[in-house]
Amino acid sequence: MMNTFVVYVENKPGVLTRVASLFRRRAFNIDSLTVGRTEKPEVSRMTITADADRDQARRIEANLYKLVNVLLVENITNQPAIVRDLAMIKVAATHEARSHVLELASVFRARVVDVAPDSLTIEITGAEDKIDGLLEVLRPYGVLEMVRTGIVAMRRGSKSPGVASAASNFGQIASDDDVSYSV
Amino acid sequence: MTKTGAQILWECLERERVSHVFGYPGGAILPAYDALKHSKIHHVLVRHEQGATHMADGYARAGGEVGVAVATSGPGATNMVTGIATAMLDSSPIVCITGQVGSKLIGSDAFQETDITGVTLPITKHNYLVTHASELARTIREAFYVARSGRPGPVLVDITKDAQQTSCEFDWEAAKPQLPGYRPDLSPDAKEYEQALELIQKAKRPVILAGHGIIISGAMQDVRTFAERTGIPVALTLLGIGALPASHPLNLGMMGMHGEAWVNHTIQEADLLLAFGMRFDDRVTGNLKTYAPNAKKIHVEIDPAEINKNVKVDVALVGDLREVLHELLPHVNSVDRSEWLDFIDQLKGDAAVRDIQNLPDNGHLYAAHVINDLWRETRDADTIVVTDVGQHQMWEAQYYKHDRPRSLITSGGLGTMGFALPAAIGAKVARPEAEVWVVVGDGGFQMTMAELATIVQENLKVNIAIINNGFLGMVRQWQEFFYERNYQATPLLNPDFVKLGDAYGIRSMAVTQRSEVVPAVQAARRHDGPMLINFKVEQEDTVYPMVAAGASLHEMIRRPSPIVETAADE
Repeated sequence: MMNTFVVYVENKPGVLTRVASLFRRRAFNIDSLTVGRTEKPEVSRMTITADADRDQARRIEANLYKLVNVLLVENITNQPAIVRDLAMIKVAATHEARSHVLELASVFRARVVDVAPDSLTIEITGAEDKIDGLLEVLRPYGVLEMVRTGIVAMRRGSKSPGVASAASNFGQIASDDDVSYSV
Repeated sequence: MTKTGAQILWECLERERVSHVFGYPGGAILPAYDALKHSKIHHVLVRHEQGATHMADGYARAGGEVGVAVATSGPGATNMVTGIATAMLDSSPIVCITGQVGSKLIGSDAFQETDITGVTLPITKHNYLVTHASELARTIREAFYVARSGRPGPVLVDITKDAQQTSCEFDWEAAKPQLPGYRPDLSPDAKEYEQALELIQKAKRPVILAGHGIIISGAMQDVRTFAERTGIPVALTLLGIGALPASHPLNLGMMGMHGEAWVNHTIQEADLLLAFGMRFDDRVTGNLKTYAPNAKKIHVEIDPAEINKNVKVDVALVGDLREVLHELLPHVNSVDRSEWLDFIDQLKGDAAVRDIQNLPDNGHLYAAHVINDLWRETRDADTIVVTDVGQHQMWEAQYYKHDRPRSLITSGGLGTMGFALPAAIGAKVARPEAEVWVVVGDGGFQMTMAELATIVQENLKVNIAIINNGFLGMVRQWQEFFYERNYQATPLLNPDFVKLGDAYGIRSMAVTQRSEVVPAVQAARRHDGPMLINFKVEQEDTVYPMVAAGASLHEMIRRPSPIVETAADE
């Protein structure tokens, strides 16, 4: 099944490579990965979707935690969450088709963001299946070009407990005083 | 105080209690070498950077402290890759310091530039690129902390030439590690302990699977107490050897591909496996579908990513083994296990009769005899045996009876040929009072034998036993069993190892008869310097028993019955 992970990482060079490399090395396939800034400048947030059964998902989570730069991992697959994907779809729209395309766009609450003599570019935000739906009905007119961001996700309700603890970890200084030296 | 990056590097290493580093200089690391003059640290000059990493690894495994290897950029750094991967798979704490081209040149394909943090990303626990002297102190502290804490592993610190050359304010106290995402100190919750105790109490046929984690955690005594109190027998992984004395009545010996048949049968018959600091490697489980089919499994392991990776377990206790056992010990009680232990005794059957040690001398020199004699001669000393990879490694594990932890050093997970000689150098440096023996095949020896010069230059008393069968023996064995004796590329044309040792100034001798083994070992022990013995053993000897790759653990290729063998001879 498709799993959705929200991963908080230190905003440092190379962290994206470490995360991506982990999936490659452990032979898990990333379906989509988005990364961006958060409310804290030193923390970046990734939304990763990957196909995995329950055990595999747990191992993905454990392996992500092993990366030193990873602050927090949440598997929100079975949590109430808001999930959004953004797409821009350039569709062929000649004179006679134009009104049909505009109509479809408005049904899907999509916006037209660019108009050219023989095409329209439509921007749509929503869950993945909504975008898939629009795409399907636009296909007969001729989809010239399409780009999707991959999903971003956030748990519903007030701040999730993990986020608070990830944030509080930051700035806290790890101590090497109490390490067992009998390695 | 203001210091250059190079000075900060050595001072930080000293503060991390480093007394020796193993390295090889070159352009991008020269500023660091220039500053070495003012450091108390002793630099061991190696002959190849792979050797430096194995030495650091051997140093860490023998002494329990972090080992340090130093190399220059480009080829110096890439030569370390095999040693880093070896340390990664065997959870060995080493820190590798590499020079890098100037920060302004990064990405320009400058002379001797390699993206070594990119190259080593999947084979290090963590790695760093340092481009400013001001980042150096904190990075070195973090590197040591990450390498030695939790599940230990290799950490690489790549330092640009300008970061070594420029100066900045140095304040050790202020440079504390900042690792907000790194939490090596996990521990199980009360419910998990309860579930584990319940399974332990119910078990009628339990076995402890003892791994490397016991030695890393320093939990030897706790495991022993646990086994003695509960009467549960203990099977060992290759890297778990030494975790419980071989002479202990509850020690069954090594399990897995070349474990004794009755040890593997015991595991297959068990109703509870207690996995202590081991990771169910394919070399110990055989076919997973048929592995210990009737056993519940408790996995005590510090790395949560190992849980349910290969074998699905019923209870996972994620945490430091010693702490977990401290929690469990007060709640376990003694149980009469005589029925189970008697059953295991019966499984031994005619194994002793089949054992090569009990067969009459037929005039041939067998590796098993060499190793068993070596054990008899050195068993009472503080001996460290460092092996390479292959047949001799398995015979060592079978016929050298280790009673102490850290007395066998071997490349388990990666199976790195060429490991033994340099790792032994590291072990001797870490524990100069110990008697160090290299047990190495003629193939693996030639991969890193350049380090003979390091032994001589450092004046180290390391004894080298080459188990010379003129073949890449383990590969030949697989060809014998699985490729219809098609011995492609396994016969070796070797140099005269005695002359070779002599050329390096190492006293060397050859042994061809069983009666000469003990005198040779005694001569090496008496000699005040390194000694090399070329044991010319039976060429087409085979490691028994054996579980073929992918076969079930109980489907072993047994030692030929001596009665059948004798009949065939006649």
